[in-house]
Amino acid sequence: MIQLATNLGEGFHPASAPDFIPLQHLRNLQFRRLKAIVQRAYEKVPLYRARMQSKGLTPDDIRSLDDIVHLPFTEKNDLRDTYPFGMFASPMNEIVRVHASSGTTGKPIVVGYTKEDIQVWVNVMVRSFAACGLHEGDVIQNAYGYGLFTGGLGAHYGAEALGATVIPISGGNTYRQIMIMKDFGVTAICCTPSYFLHLLDQAAEMGVDIKKLPLRAGIFGAEPWTDEMRKRMERESPLKAYDIYGLSEIIGPGVAMECKCQCGPHIFEDYFYPEIVDIQTGKPCPDGVEGELVLTTLSKLAMPMIRYRTHDITALIPEPCECGRTIRRIKRISRRSDDMFIIRGVNVYPSQIETALLTVEGTLPHYQIILKREKDLDQMEVQVEVTPEIFSDTVGSMEYLRQKIVKVIENTIGLRVDVKLVQPKTLQRSEGKLRRVIDMRNLK
Amino acid sequence: MKIKQLSVFLENEPGTLLKPCRILADSGINILTLALADTKEFGILRIIVKDWQTAKKILEQNGCVVKETDVVAIEVEDRPGGLLNILQALEPKKINLEYMYAFAYKKGGKAVLVLRFDKPDEAIQILQTKGFNVVGDLEFFTE
Repeated sequence: MIQLATNLGEGFHPASAPDFIPLQHLRNLQFRRLKAIVQRAYEKVPLYRARMQSKGLTPDDIRSLDDIVHLPFTEKNDLRDTYPFGMFASPMNEIVRVHASSGTTGKPIVVGYTKEDIQVWVNVMVRSFAACGLHEGDVIQNAYGYGLFTGGLGAHYGAEALGATVIPISGGNTYRQIMIMKDFGVTAICCTPSYFLHLLDQAAEMGVDIKKLPLRAGIFGAEPWTDEMRKRMERESPLKAYDIYGLSEIIGPGVAMECKCQCGPHIFEDYFYPEIVDIQTGKPCPDGVEGELVLTTLSKLAMPMIRYRTHDITALIPEPCECGRTIRRIKRISRRSDDMFIIRGVNVYPSQIETALLTVEGTLPHYQIILKREKDLDQMEVQVEVTPEIFSDTVGSMEYLRQKIVKVIENTIGLRVDVKLVQPKTLQRSEGKLRRVIDMRNLK
Repeated sequence: MKIKQLSVFLENEPGTLLKPCRILADSGINILTLALADTKEFGILRIIVKDWQTAKKILEQNGCVVKETDVVAIEVEDRPGGLLNILQALEPKKINLEYMYAFAYKKGGKAVLVLRFDKPDEAIQILQTKGFNVVGDLEFFTE
């Protein structure tokens, strides 16, 4: 039996024990698992073998955890190129589940799981719920989409294994979501952060006072979000908003989850080994420095991912968390390297627009960025949905508001953009997510 | 004496006025008078209806952003200088007139104007002392 690092005290959920294993044990465990998974990938997946051979590497070259940096990266395109099952390391009769990405451009990305992989997934989801203080007896409304998307089923099985009551409502039908939240005594909700803000809006319109409900935790993920959104959610509802992080290629939701300290998600690094690398050079970044998150699955049998480039930008937080967990934290992911767009020579992330927008009283992060090219000049238009809070009957105050948004965006990104006010709920949403950037510049 | 006006946010796109008008028509709500403010970027539809609470609810249920505002309706002599008299009465008191529009019908040879002030209560008091007839809900809606 492994000695735990700290005295765990009250409110500790037994499922969380692996979050607290002493560092040296954790590193040893990671090394053993890394060696085994590299061996497996090398033997079973032609792409990995070919890549390693071209660098003159064999699994025996992994002599310490630090040797991971010599291994080649894996990219999203590798999954596309080997569509559908080319990265699987298990025969199909051992694959018990597949999921797939939405595949907005071209073929989707397909991921597979063995029975053991599903067990790991359930385990990390239980640890995720436990980390934010949920337990048996909680009523969890799971508004992530069920289906090929990993969000729905991932959260579902985790919540069930935790012993909570799961409401598998899936995404959409906001009216019914609110009715059920109210009538079933929901204590926690899983959905995208922007969808929760949308629920808050709708509840206000329906005359439901969310603040009076027994909601205490929101498990929000599947899209980048910001501190401003967290503040607003916690101000306008009784819950604490927790950041859950995951991606299908690695396992789905449950790669990392915030504890009650709400200071960055802890990576379940006994299963998912994190590195931060420079976006351009791919060289490791020192702790605390921002870069791209690279993940290696340490146990995944069906589809090992070796040094997978997530395109999510974050940093490993070197300081230990107050909660006593030994597994490290990452900074909340508010942007992706592939979200970035360049307009008139300036690098812009949608999250910057969002942060700027939220400083204007009464606005919600319901916006869309349209990039156009007119007479060889790039134009950026930000469409913002008008809410009852910011609407006024005089042209003057509406124009003032519009100008104010223009100004805060200009102050943030250094560019003057067009701001267009649009009617609520007119911007396209999918799975509760707003498409943030629509690039119509057609630069090919 | 104040009456309620509803404002509806409109995008400056063809067809956006259709939606609120259709919603009101389908619910059998008659628009007593209206004004449309528009800029290059957006529009604001302002309407006076009899049952503004119901109208507001129905519009909101259909996804419109709606705001209610107090406005003042005043009878004006339908002759040169009719409006001037009102403005002159208010001028020394520094009351801001945000916008105004007229009712579609006349009331006993007089026109009725809808005025939006920054300080409606003060405006009403001044106008009444000066002898203007400030029209209330009852007078309108019983006709």
